[in-house]
Amino acid sequence: MTQPILELIDVEKSFGSNHVLRGVNIDVAPGHSLVILGGSGSGKSVMLKNALGLMTPDSGKILFDGDDVTYDQGKEREAMRARIGMLFQSGALFDSLTVWENVAFRLLNAEKMKRSEAKERAIETLKKVRLGASVADLYPAEISGGMQKRVALARAIITKPDLIFFDEPTTGLDPITADAINDLIIEQVKALGAASISITHDMASARKIADEIAMLFEGKIIWRGPASDIDHSGNDHVDQFVHGRADGPIQPSI
Amino acid sequence: MSDASTSKSGGFPNPLGWIGRAAIGLFAEIGRLIIYSGKVIGSALSPPWNLTQIWKQMIAIGFYSLPVVGLSAVFIGAALALNIYTGGNRFGAEQFVPNIVVLGITRELGATITGLMLAGRVTAGIAAEIGAMKVTEQIDALKTLSANPFRYLYAPRFLAACLTLPLLVLVADIIGVMGGWLVSVYGLDFDSTTYLRNTIDFMTTEDVMVGLIKAVVFGAVIAIMGCYQGSLSKAGATGVGRAATLSMVGAAVLVLATNYIMSTLFVNIGL
Repeated sequence: MTQPILELIDVEKSFGSNHVLRGVNIDVAPGHSLVILGGSGSGKSVMLKNALGLMTPDSGKILFDGDDVTYDQGKEREAMRARIGMLFQSGALFDSLTVWENVAFRLLNAEKMKRSEAKERAIETLKKVRLGASVADLYPAEISGGMQKRVALARAIITKPDLIFFDEPTTGLDPITADAINDLIIEQVKALGAASISITHDMASARKIADEIAMLFEGKIIWRGPASDIDHSGNDHVDQFVHGRADGPIQPSI
Repeated sequence: MSDASTSKSGGFPNPLGWIGRAAIGLFAEIGRLIIYSGKVIGSALSPPWNLTQIWKQMIAIGFYSLPVVGLSAVFIGAALALNIYTGGNRFGAEQFVPNIVVLGITRELGATITGLMLAGRVTAGIAAEIGAMKVTEQIDALKTLSANPFRYLYAPRFLAACLTLPLLVLVADIIGVMGGWLVSVYGLDFDSTTYLRNTIDFMTTEDVMVGLIKAVVFGAVIAIMGCYQGSLSKAGATGVGRAATLSMVGAAVLVLATNYIMSTLFVNIGL
């Protein structure tokens, strides 16, 4: 078996008495697309933040390309992040910078590229997500939610990362725009040959972009299998989630 | 979960427990603030410096604060002159108005009023901006893009505040003295030339320096409190609003407290 690009081993994380992650084990192989399903408050975002090093797990290990990066700081952490792209749920574009400065942020700051060269690269990448050069000089507040997601996608792929995280990539978008974003994600991830981990509760998105699907429930991965098996998983929790039923083993979080 | 603030026997509040928790909470908060300040100052004093960000912040903190600082200073100077005149009048010492106005403004009020006005305008603004960035995951995004928030966000604000506050205090000193002069000449029948000559003769470089040193410290307090509370901001409009309020109140109190400590220190060393 090829070495996973990312591997989480028995990762636990609590906030006071709230045990969010209770021993998560998951891995993704290079070039594969893994979708992690989970209801609101199931710990999906916390898992992602641990994997990215934005939070440190209470126990367990995180391996990136075979190296233990759980407690990495400084240069080692930067080296890992340089190979990772992240699309945040809200886009998380910097309001004070223009679209192209957002897309080229890493090139301008971490890689100290010349502004003219960085702008060219940013416009090139914007084209890949079907945005014209005319939006490059606008500010994030001046473009629509769908466009902001595309800009955020452009920012995540501009450095050709080996692994891209997608945090609810279609949340807050209409079904047509959401589908367009899904198509772009598949197209760009395949073009880069990158692995991807997406967390979502949007089944349409999951079916479309996943090679493999896993389900996170009460801080643990309770099921994992090929995307084609999702409709006959044999797991009551997964079935309830896939069919969006309020009745079943998972209690609605209201 | 049992409520630790009630005693085991009767369910009455346990005042000792409450005081203990409050004290531990306070010390923990002071500790966190000191560690955070150390990181900000460390990032600010070591290269590389983000000059574009520092310049942007200097304009935001310094230039756009000029109207509020100028207006506050003119009124404080005017009120000060009026009060010294009234007080001095009781024992025939009205002629000391220019001397006491310039001493009061340069050593104390120019810096304090600038510090307090900026605690409102700048600290709350920084806290709200950083808080909104945190809530919308922009600070996490910075980290994933290999930009250290201490270098990219907090240090430029800290440096800009420490560099611009002394300039604003100089402006406040000049306009404050002018406020006193306006009231004295047009309201209290002082001779303009004599007033100005008394002011200049009495004023010392040390008095002005005292105000400027205070200004640098106030700049540090204002920027750090804004960044600190902003970076702790909880989600939602309430969270960001609360961060802005806390930062402003904290900065205003710290400006006054550090002002007293520095005044004591300067008097003791004969400055």
